Amino acid sequence: MASQVQGWEVRGSAELEARYFPEESPFVEWQGNVSGAASLEVLHDWNSGKDLFAFVPFGRIDQHDSQRTHLDIRELSWIHVGEGWESRVGIRKVFWGVTEGRHLVDIINQTDLVDQIDEEEKLGQPMLNLSMFGTWGTFDLYVLPGFRERTFAGKNGRPRLPIPVDGENALYESSAADERVDVAARWQFHIEDWQIALSHFSGTGREPTYLSNISMQEASALLATGSFPIGFEPKLIPLYSVIDQTGLELQFLHGGWLWKLEAISRSGQGDRFFAADGGFEYTQSGLFGGVLDIGWIIEYLWESREAMAASPLEHDWLFGARFALNDTASSEMLVGLLYDPHTNERVLNVESSRRLSDSIKVALDVRVFMSAGQPPSPEDLIRDLIRQKAPMKPLSHYAKDDLIQLSIAHYF
Amino acid sequence: MRRILFLSFFLFVVQGHASDSGTKGLEIAQEADKRYSGYIDSSAKMKMVLISKAGDQNIRELRVQMFETVADDGAGDKSLIIFDSPRDVRGTALLTWSYKEKNDMQWLYLPALRKVKTIASNNKSGSFMGSEFSFEDMTPQEVEKYSYNYLKDEPCSEFTCFVFERYPVDSNSGYTKQVVRMDNQAYRIQKIDFYDRKNSLFKTLSVSGYSLYKDRFWRASKMEMVNHETGKRTELYWDQYEFGTGLSDSDFTNNSLMRAR
Repeated sequence: MASQVQGWEVRGSAELEARYFPEESPFVEWQGNVSGAASLEVLHDWNSGKDLFAFVPFGRIDQHDSQRTHLDIRELSWIHVGEGWESRVGIRKVFWGVTEGRHLVDIINQTDLVDQIDEEEKLGQPMLNLSMFGTWGTFDLYVLPGFRERTFAGKNGRPRLPIPVDGENALYESSAADERVDVAARWQFHIEDWQIALSHFSGTGREPTYLSNISMQEASALLATGSFPIGFEPKLIPLYSVIDQTGLELQFLHGGWLWKLEAISRSGQGDRFFAADGGFEYTQSGLFGGVLDIGWIIEYLWESREAMAASPLEHDWLFGARFALNDTASSEMLVGLLYDPHTNERVLNVESSRRLSDSIKVALDVRVFMSAGQPPSPEDLIRDLIRQKAPMKPLSHYAKDDLIQLSIAHYF
Repeated sequence: MRRILFLSFFLFVVQGHASDSGTKGLEIAQEADKRYSGYIDSSAKMKMVLISKAGDQNIRELRVQMFETVADDGAGDKSLIIFDSPRDVRGTALLTWSYKEKNDMQWLYLPALRKVKTIASNNKSGSFMGSEFSFEDMTPQEVEKYSYNYLKDEPCSEFTCFVFERYPVDSNSGYTKQVVRMDNQAYRIQKIDFYDRKNSLFKTLSVSGYSLYKDRFWRASKMEMVNHETGKRTELYWDQYEFGTGLSDSDFTNNSLMRAR
């Protein structure tokens, strides 16, 4: 097979990001922030493309949040291509999923939450992956040694929860803690216009639940007086449970309609629960004389978990539209509105980008929380945790964190 | 007596041909396909130059790999297009499985997200990378995707061309018809006029710089698509054609799509 990468090739990007939070935060003093990030891709192919090596380090330096200043190896891998199979060894990123609203099924990689709160950035995951394919589809088997902890904003970071998460002192259900070896498998196939994937993961779930660091005595004092005892600094402690999660991905194509569904069933983190995200994307191409393509998206996000443990997206609608001007700058914009009909909370997300030159791209993202109420005070948050009470408005934690983010990236 | 018989025979034969412009159109398309085929697999580099009405230029660089399907189950050819420039899209790749009689399947690989996105089948009329070529222009052509109507023969530069119409079978196509000019010597496309859904002439493709590879395959080095409505045009320059490099079906799967870089 013709190999493109001759010898060693180094590519990369460097980005400057400016953030402005229009509302003052009750937790953090600043409203404007600057950060810089860079990523390298060191590539080498040999054996006519039957062996591939990649090394992708990533780093960010943040003006205010020392937790957001971080380095990660996104990828350090060797792929070997055989006849009808591939082996992939090392640190890699694997994406599973078909929907826009929530990536329910995507479980292999841990979320680099401090980097971007939309959960789109992932930390590299060590793995041994065997992939086999035939007319029956593609089957992937994963052995995942080692666990990556989720990254969280620090005390001086925004957006963050009213109480900072103490990521350094995470708790594990497994006695092997972050050295446990997890396993996963996925079978992907298609029948006519249906594309289907079934997956299973068994191991330490990447999504933690949270405990507080408050002791029994301190908790009694809080419930009695409404304030923390003197000297007590509240923290949220992530708890990683051992779970079994079965996932389903479904896509059905018909004309301009792309129907999609992601569903999971998870046990091991409280009672067994189900969650699903389903909907469609309808594309209109070449409108106004070939100038504009629009993709209309509607999805419904649901989960069966009791409100306490549930994510803030337990019964929400997503209405979105993807606009692409067919111009040389590849200008595009994605507008999404998340709407919770029970609480009337809404989050509006606008992501836009365009190229400024052959190697420079600019992006402008805006996020607005509407009707999300006020973020709870640290005392209220801990009290609710103690009482196992669910927040009335789950998105209220981020209510003050409307955000305008401008980033410019240079690719080399 | 013999003369009358001869005349009757002659009249019969002439009449038989004149009413079969559909058949003749189809035969031309089939012969062209036969001559194009047999390449097993091919790869080439492509430079795409987008030219605005004012003359501003933007360049895209791609690699194209094609695979000729051997099985007879309705599957058509497969193609893999890998983007090399602009730099922010480098490593993005488009995999197409064309089918003779049903919708093509297309997947777009987004390297930054490690995500393979299925492309809805009606997106084929959308613009490819901001150029005047649409997705359906960039997918492998199959004879069965059109119905045909032969019009006439006509001189075209130094050749004589068959002129015939072809009508896309797929209702998702951005075109109601195309008028194809193909030289009658080697059955190579010289020009195509594209008619949009309002049945007005909206784009014209001119193909030139044909060279013969492996003593058998004619491939063009330049294709130019002019959009009459917007005045914009796109030039494609093909280079480094290679044939029979040993690609196989497994180089055109989702797994190989994710290895593109």
